[in-house]
Amino acid sequence: MTTEKDLPIKKVSIICAKGAVEDVYATLVMGNGAVMEGIETNLFFTFFGLDAIVKKRMDKLHTAVLGNPALRLPGGLRMPSWLGIIPGMEAFTSWMMKSEMDKLDIPPVSEFLDLITAGGGKIYACKLAMDMFKFKQEDLSEHVSGVLTVGEFYEKSGGEGSQIIFT
Amino acid sequence: MAQKTYAGITVDVNEEGYFTTPSQWTKEIGIEIAKELDIVLTDQHFAIIEWLRNRYNAGDALSIRSINHSGVLDVKTFYQLFPGAPLKKATKIAGIPKPASCI
Repeated sequence: MTTEKDLPIKKVSIICAKGAVEDVYATLVMGNGAVMEGIETNLFFTFFGLDAIVKKRMDKLHTAVLGNPALRLPGGLRMPSWLGIIPGMEAFTSWMMKSEMDKLDIPPVSEFLDLITAGGGKIYACKLAMDMFKFKQEDLSEHVSGVLTVGEFYEKSGGEGSQIIFT
Repeated sequence: MAQKTYAGITVDVNEEGYFTTPSQWTKEIGIEIAKELDIVLTDQHFAIIEWLRNRYNAGDALSIRSINHSGVLDVKTFYQLFPGAPLKKATKIAGIPKPASCI
């Protein structure tokens, strides 16, 4: 508790490089939580994480059913890997996860970006990943403040009491 | 358990200054707590404070998202009315416990 009081976090910059539901929500929950605490917040989306700020994709994220050993069936039994190859299993699992989140008042991605920017949080896209995936500025949510190079990201992330988190 | 005196009334608070007995709260007390936080309360502040207290009394969880569904004001205005950490400041002024919510 004493260190928290001695060196408060004043600014946080969170990098999201993956586009599965759990990866994106880790970034959004941490980011929104920071905004709620009055911490200056930058979210930087790159590689597959860009899906979280691409209008057509942001509310259709999936969670992996193959190669996800922590995935469990309702009731708590481990989900056998082979079940993951059944057509529609990934969509069904992702739908179930989102409906569970909704019960906890966790908003869809688009609404989460609304909340974060309403509190002054900033959303950025990575220039290199935009070029690689051939996205244009108009593909992105209106909440995105800009497309940054790595150098520009570091410039924005500096200052006393600032932290960079890679989710 | 600590106690503090606002507007001539002694109230129970926790170590962070949040009310532990919300029924002790009055509007005058709210105005004094707000002063400590450099906020001058307007009708709009009181409208959302009332909504927060009603929701707390009904046993419903408070989150920043729920403000958008309050019908009183939107989240952006909420951040402007209570600059910095709005949910923490607003609940402190409203004389209810600090919300145990991550969103």
